[in-house]
Amino acid sequence: MKREEIEQIVKTFLVDEIEVDEAVIAPEATLKDDLGIDSLDFVDIVVIVERHFGFKIKAEEMTEVRTLGQFCDYIESKVKDR
Amino acid sequence: MKRVVITGMGIYSCIGKSLDEVRDSLHEGRSGIGVDPLRVQLGYRSPLTGVVAPPVLKGLLDRRLRVGLAEEGEYAYMATLDAFRAAGIDAGYLEENEVGIFYGNDSSAKAVIEANNVLVEKKDTMLLGSGAIFQSMNSTVTMNLSTIFKLRGVNMTISAACASGSHSIGLGYMFIKQGLQEVVLCGGAQETNYYSMGSFDALSAFSTRVGEPARASRPFDAGRDGLIPSGGAASLVLEDYEHAVRRGAPILAEVVGYGFSSNGKQISQPSAEGCVIAMERALKDAGVTPAAIDYVNAHATSTPQGDAFEAIALDRLFGGSRPLISSTKSMTGHECWMAGASEVLYSVLMMRDSFVAPNINFETPDEYSCKLNIAPRTVNKNIDLLLSNSFGFGGTNSALVVKKIK
Repeated sequence: MKREEIEQIVKTFLVDEIEVDEAVIAPEATLKDDLGIDSLDFVDIVVIVERHFGFKIKAEEMTEVRTLGQFCDYIESKVKDR
Repeated sequence: MKRVVITGMGIYSCIGKSLDEVRDSLHEGRSGIGVDPLRVQLGYRSPLTGVVAPPVLKGLLDRRLRVGLAEEGEYAYMATLDAFRAAGIDAGYLEENEVGIFYGNDSSAKAVIEANNVLVEKKDTMLLGSGAIFQSMNSTVTMNLSTIFKLRGVNMTISAACASGSHSIGLGYMFIKQGLQEVVLCGGAQETNYYSMGSFDALSAFSTRVGEPARASRPFDAGRDGLIPSGGAASLVLEDYEHAVRRGAPILAEVVGYGFSSNGKQISQPSAEGCVIAMERALKDAGVTPAAIDYVNAHATSTPQGDAFEAIALDRLFGGSRPLISSTKSMTGHECWMAGASEVLYSVLMMRDSFVAPNINFETPDEYSCKLNIAPRTVNKNIDLLLSNSFGFGGTNSALVVKKIK
């Protein structure tokens, strides 16, 4: 899966399913403060990522992830591993 | 003691999703019953159900506030939006004033079963999502409505089987009457999905008159063969009379009596004695005699046994005065946890517009119902005082007396 494709899928589910304002979506946007994703939203994002990318996010692997770009890096690494 | 009035109502049901639409359905004797093809596929003994399309809340309510709402909570949200609007209660009022909530609900089967299905398939609780817990608990309706509308008063769900909605009004009435709250949102919600009714279908309690859905619910009729499950939600704003007058709220009717009892007998068998005790207590609380009641909205669900016991109880209490009686379940089906609230709402609409809704499909009385003054057709009539009955599994009984405001 190409990086652009991952970014497009993430953007689409953030806007359509998590209802993040499309205007604030950018690689440098922080998940918590800029995108407004809280801990309950993240429980749903785990489910959505599993549906789209076929793996389960592990909290311990996400400790360094702050921005949307880093989140896509993480997904890319997991998709490549498979 | 405070006087308690109803200042707003909202409804989401199989006979209408606005007070006007419901009023017209009641007046015209319109049935909301249909057939659910899924239940045929799943081996239900009866596929009959009240037909209620779930509302679309995306765009109306923020995602975080939506994900915890189970189906019955969505219905309750829609009904409550209308009830608060009708009562003149907006976000500003709720910000500055304490409003309580007692709401009837006794299951959230779809949410529970769907979460379990995911668990069985994925074997991982992390894949259940954030809403599953808030949708699955019995208090799902009150926990969500209190969050959405920012309610800060008394907050709890009343689970009392098919009397849940009625007891919720009774308890809201008691809290206001005693001066503990000025405004309480009361109501009842009932899911209509097939998950929620499989185990009830197992008791062979549902009508199998599948070829004639609109004629299947026939409370008190000799040819009745069971109830039809139904649902939706009904919300009523109960308020201290003086508080309502002070803020210029519309006053629709006054709740003047609440009676309750428990049969203490077999789990599914009704009791004429229990019904009579609840009704007598409600009348005593209201300070009125049976002869003063103009209309009784019967609990009668269209089951052979339940209707017979209620008819015996009604005849015992009202034999001398013979008020007009109808079961609106003939049109709505049995709205279960919601019924006690929706039927007060239906009755208040009749009181407002001076008519008694028909007990449709009442064609042939049986040995018990022949003693009652049942309205098979709409009767245009002034109603000053009405009684609404609700009885549930486990022998829980509730009766409410409502008075016209003049």
